[in-house]
Amino acid sequence: MTANNYEDNLRKIYLVQKRRNALCVVSLIVVIAVLACLLMMLGNTNYSLTDVIKILFSGETKGAAYSIKSVRLPKLIVGGFAGFSFGIAGFVFQSLLRNPLASPDIIGISAGSSAAAVFCILILGISGPLASVFSIAAGLLVTALIFLLSGKGKAFGSRMILIGIGMQAVLNALISWMLLVGSEYDVATALRWLRGSLNSAQMSDVPMIVIMCLIGSGLLIFCNRYLRMMQLGDEYATTLGVPLEAVRICCMVCALILCACATAATGPIASVAFLSGPIAGKITKNGSNAMVVSGLVGILLVYAAELAGKNLFSEKLPVGVVTGLLGAPYLLLLLLNLNKKGEKI
Amino acid sequence: MKQLRKQNNKLITGFTIEIIFVAMCALLSVAYGSKSIPIADIFGYFGGKNMDSFQAAVIAARIPRTVFGILAGAALGVSGALMQAITRNPIADPSILGVNTGASLMVVIGIAYLNISSGIRLIGLSFAGALLTALFVYGIASVGYGGASSIKLALAGAAVSTALGALVNTIMLPDSNVMKAYRFWQVGSVGGATWDDVKLLIPFCVIGVLLALVCSPGLNALLLGDEMAISLGVKVGPLRLLAAVAGVLLCAAVTALAGPIGFVGLMLPHVIRQIFCSDMRVIVPMSALGGAALLTISDVAGRVLGRPGELEVGIITALLGAPIFIWIVFKTKARSI
Repeated sequence: MTANNYEDNLRKIYLVQKRRNALCVVSLIVVIAVLACLLMMLGNTNYSLTDVIKILFSGETKGAAYSIKSVRLPKLIVGGFAGFSFGIAGFVFQSLLRNPLASPDIIGISAGSSAAAVFCILILGISGPLASVFSIAAGLLVTALIFLLSGKGKAFGSRMILIGIGMQAVLNALISWMLLVGSEYDVATALRWLRGSLNSAQMSDVPMIVIMCLIGSGLLIFCNRYLRMMQLGDEYATTLGVPLEAVRICCMVCALILCACATAATGPIASVAFLSGPIAGKITKNGSNAMVVSGLVGILLVYAAELAGKNLFSEKLPVGVVTGLLGAPYLLLLLLNLNKKGEKI
Repeated sequence: MKQLRKQNNKLITGFTIEIIFVAMCALLSVAYGSKSIPIADIFGYFGGKNMDSFQAAVIAARIPRTVFGILAGAALGVSGALMQAITRNPIADPSILGVNTGASLMVVIGIAYLNISSGIRLIGLSFAGALLTALFVYGIASVGYGGASSIKLALAGAAVSTALGALVNTIMLPDSNVMKAYRFWQVGSVGGATWDDVKLLIPFCVIGVLLALVCSPGLNALLLGDEMAISLGVKVGPLRLLAAVAGVLLCAAVTALAGPIGFVGLMLPHVIRQIFCSDMRVIVPMSALGGAALLTISDVAGRVLGRPGELEVGIITALLGAPIFIWIVFKTKARSI
């Protein structure tokens, strides 16, 4: 009898959890859809929702159709996929390194891509797809270097974070040098790009980021169950039959590719990767779909920041600046929370 | 007894070598640049020899820069040594801890909103920003399990840097004048230094270094651990605060005048500890001399490598220092990360 009760209770908890997870995903998607509509409607000239839909399905390319189809739509798509990629990549890094602060933008992985892109714009004078490919390659190269230097064994995670931060310092020095050497005209472009913005998004960027994002996040979602087991600690995960090294490498490489592609398309949108994971963890109570939710939170952050940056301030701010501002209160919150719980960072 | 004398001899040789090195760097700094001047002519200039006015003008322009570089390097070296001792952590450095960004934020606020351009007020602002950031970062890092470990300090510093950097961008972006001023300030350069800057920096250097020397015996005890230091009669709290104020003061003064120059303070204490000993009374003055030499030689390197223009010294120190940072991490035992 008691055993039965216990089982019932467990099932009830499981169902409640499952319902909450579904609710999270659905409500996030609704909010994102609303934001997306607003993004399409608001701008230099405002259109009504029916106009937007009409234009999207008509064959027109001039006037209002140009601003909606060739300016706002690519921004929406690229921004969304970049947000999703950053969110998932951040979540994966934070879970793998077991540290809420260890997201790719903090430990210098995005810096490799940024430095390469700035080099392309300022020194080589190329931009567009070639620059994207170059910056993705550089992002991977820098991370491979960080991996190699971090060695093996227990301290791998900690070493990787510290070496990443050191590497970021080198790359930032290179970036500021290039900014000084570069001509004034290009510098403005590069600076705006370095802060992360959707302004330069074009339809031609869309296929690459969509394909990469789908492949990368698909693989990661496949690895999710192993990642969740690894949260229990390496010993437990091994006992549960997780191929530790393989999962770790696969997850890192996928997260990296996501991060590098998103950076190549929009520039490093600050704090999205850093914030999404913890927010997702909070609202799903570390549920099994935290990874997907964290990607959705990434989209939400990017859209909301883009809307706010365009409409709330007297000056138009690029999305990266707005999201970067969100990082400061989060850090304070983290500090207060940790003080309460006395937990390990 | 014999060993003590040997140690003393080693120290004396060390100091002599460092002083000679600083002097050589200073000479090079006056001699090299987009126009090189023979060393003999420099001696001639100081000896009161008549020379053509162009060369004399070049030398006269390079001297304040050199003096400023020496002072700034010394200040940064001591500041790094102090921060490493207080946090008992090998990677503490103003650039890693995010202190530079805190100082930058206040300086940008000063330039953009308060219309401040005078040096002394900028120093005040940057000191406030640096001190607040240092306390904040240390606060974040030391809560929770295990105290302020390297990894937590570095991560907290990087995260705070990102957040404050976004604030800097927000203030700077709408105003192209501020952006222009800041773009050149944020690399960290001693190129524009004048005698006025030197005069401003001197009192801060003197106060900071004196405070550091006063704190050194206590900091030595602190290296053994808080409990040990308390049982040796050291008042740990006040000592930490005093040393932190000294360290931040030194770094903030330099940052306000020259922009953020990272990694100078990071490298030296390690090298000195390897060669000599870990006594803070030795490390502080040696770091000062070493920092002076390092900053000056980096400045010279920047001028030689960046011809016909110049490469700012902040970039050179970062390119030099960050690999050393990585090496320190690489070498540190797994346990103590």
